[in-house]
Amino acid sequence: MAEKLTRESLDALRARLEAENKQAESGGLKYVMVCGGTACDSNGGLALYAALVKAAEYAGANVRIVRTGCMGFCERGPIVKVLPDDTFYVDVKPEDAAAIINEHIVNGQVVTRLLYDKSQAEAGNAGHDIDFYAKQQRIVLRHCGVIDPEKIEDYIAHDGYAGLEKALFEMTPQGIIDEILASGLRGRGGAGFPTGKKWQFSAAVEADQKYIVCNADEGDPGAYMDRSTLEGDPHAILEAMMIAGRATGATKGYIYIRAEYPLAIKRLQIAIDQAREWGLLGCDNILGSDFTFDIELRFGAGAFVCGEETALLASIEGKRGQPTPRPPFPAVKGLWGKPTIINNVETLANVAVIITKGAKWFSSIGTATSKGTKVFALTGKVKNSGLIEVPMGITLREIIFDIGGGIPNGRKFKAAQTGGPSGGMIPPEYLDMPIDYESLAKIGSIVGSGGLIVMDDTDCIVDVAKFYLEFTVDESCGKCMPCRIGGRALLNALTRISEGRGVPEDIQKMQDICQAMARASLCGLGQTASNPVQAMLRYFMDEVMAHINDKRCPAGKCKKLVQYRINPERCVGCTMCARVCPVGAIAGKVREKHVIDPAKCVKCGQCYNTCKLHAIEIA
Amino acid sequence: MGQDERKTLTPELRAFIEEWKPKPGNLIMVLHRVQQTYGYMPREIVLELADLLGVPLAKIYGVITFYNFFKLKQPGRNLIQVCLGTACYLKGGDDIMKALEQELGVGVNTVTPDGEFSTEAVRCLGCCGLAPVIVINGEVFGKVTKAALPGILDKFRAKH
Repeated sequence: MAEKLTRESLDALRARLEAENKQAESGGLKYVMVCGGTACDSNGGLALYAALVKAAEYAGANVRIVRTGCMGFCERGPIVKVLPDDTFYVDVKPEDAAAIINEHIVNGQVVTRLLYDKSQAEAGNAGHDIDFYAKQQRIVLRHCGVIDPEKIEDYIAHDGYAGLEKALFEMTPQGIIDEILASGLRGRGGAGFPTGKKWQFSAAVEADQKYIVCNADEGDPGAYMDRSTLEGDPHAILEAMMIAGRATGATKGYIYIRAEYPLAIKRLQIAIDQAREWGLLGCDNILGSDFTFDIELRFGAGAFVCGEETALLASIEGKRGQPTPRPPFPAVKGLWGKPTIINNVETLANVAVIITKGAKWFSSIGTATSKGTKVFALTGKVKNSGLIEVPMGITLREIIFDIGGGIPNGRKFKAAQTGGPSGGMIPPEYLDMPIDYESLAKIGSIVGSGGLIVMDDTDCIVDVAKFYLEFTVDESCGKCMPCRIGGRALLNALTRISEGRGVPEDIQKMQDICQAMARASLCGLGQTASNPVQAMLRYFMDEVMAHINDKRCPAGKCKKLVQYRINPERCVGCTMCARVCPVGAIAGKVREKHVIDPAKCVKCGQCYNTCKLHAIEIA
Repeated sequence: MGQDERKTLTPELRAFIEEWKPKPGNLIMVLHRVQQTYGYMPREIVLELADLLGVPLAKIYGVITFYNFFKLKQPGRNLIQVCLGTACYLKGGDDIMKALEQELGVGVNTVTPDGEFSTEAVRCLGCCGLAPVIVINGEVFGKVTKAALPGILDKFRAKH
């Protein structure tokens, strides 16, 4: 049992840890940082970590092997970084552990074959020089890949709980709120409401009990920023919740987290237990002050609508997660009727560092109205998919082509979707527009929680809009009519269009429904659910009309509209296609050109996938 | 099949319920523990739960059916989760789902006649870099192809 920390003993501990680390490093200690994010872990990262520990023990090397949070470059995982020289290894297999320890750590020879850019071996190949990281700026993810998230000492040695200390002893509660207001921090869950303002509302209300809730119910499909933050730096969230508690007078916090994130839950629980053990949580007089705070975990159960504030609170209360009208806003009347601040994980991850480094520093990053950085989960048709953090105001082109490395397989960029099912597709003409809350809203999308999905010319916009509507229809709680019925009607129209049964009148009908849903739905889910359809109608009308008028899917994705054809110039008569065709729609003899009978074809695509000569084409 | 066996409240579960009973908003946390213990929500357990917590059965049923995570039917011995998040969808997750249905001979959310497998579609497992992804009993398989499926399934079948 550790001693309960006071302000003085925390300072002393931090100084001691920093000095110890420095001394060890000057003595030649190296760190091997192994990415312990979900993608790397499930791709052999766990076995790699075990192999590295074993190899280091066997060699008796002066090294510390650390399993860190997500380093972001998921595409090339498992990732290993050697510090302090910052060598960056990619695609590392457990078999490579011995080479890293024996060649690099013991003999000081970089293992060239594991480097990201092998031609750059001479130049040192520092992690921060790699294209993927060059334009990134890590504030939210400052500790991901740097500390062991299961060790509170690591967090403390990296300025951990210094923000809480400052908030408790050098600032008044109003001073904390003023600092957050001045920083310009806005909610990272999607809507972009100023965080300081939210805190101010709650602080102004008199109540015997107030709550701080962390929204970790990351339900946007294709987004995993919050998960990675929680897995890589759980103490940062606890610290921020305590600072928010101090600022608003709350003494109790809940983290509402998806049950689908077992690793994040485990690391959070470890962090909470450690913080309690050290007297930073769950007791009176935290760090010797008059501040009291405790945090509990509550699990979500797979309902997208619970990302909405009032639905989330209903779920914490153990009810069906159905939203209620606002006002009253939760900051005034929330959990069990008490004032409640609900902040998203990424928002909270900014708080402690704003307090330690100051509002001025934070507000120097980003654009006029959108300060700081944004974390995106860059996925889809992009070469380097992964987790990135970029300053607000960066352009989509920089993200997709400089950081993401462009579109794979020589395909063409078609659209990018931000904000998941609540956002819109962004067409190529806006690639150079700076990303912030206002400009994305202007073109019909939202910053959203941070999913950024790239589509190429083989993706059909109608199909993607249909995919999102299927999602929102499924996730609509059914309480209000515009969302329940409007979503279904939109989905029906999209399904008709994708199957070649669309009529030109569908366009106007969809526009009307979109308007009604956006204006009349009860909560954010319904109000934004039509965004993908609106973006489709705004930017990709040609493609929609091709489906309706020509009964043709230009991307070749809508199966019912696809026509398969054999290019006689390429066909050599190998009979492969005729043999896999389940309905006998392909005729032709050996070494003769084959032909598909469109009347018999069921468009299963088996011939297309089988032909090695690419003789089968989609018309 | 296990479905017909009568389930009884385990002592651990009973202790957990006692511990959580005084806390407000305990229902969902208790339901999570029930599902963790049995793999689904056995009717007789939920009936007991209603008594222990003093919550009407209808309310519990309402909560269970609201959330995707809670299951009323027992899954197969091996639970296959196919990610149909956006990244996996764009990279062919739905084709993987269809191929799995063909391979197993049953549709989604249905247990195979031998009780070995059941399949469910899930939203984003948070490893989009590995898309398309399937998870079997918690083990993640990334960049899955249709051709690789039979081999992956055999790994789990062979254990018995």
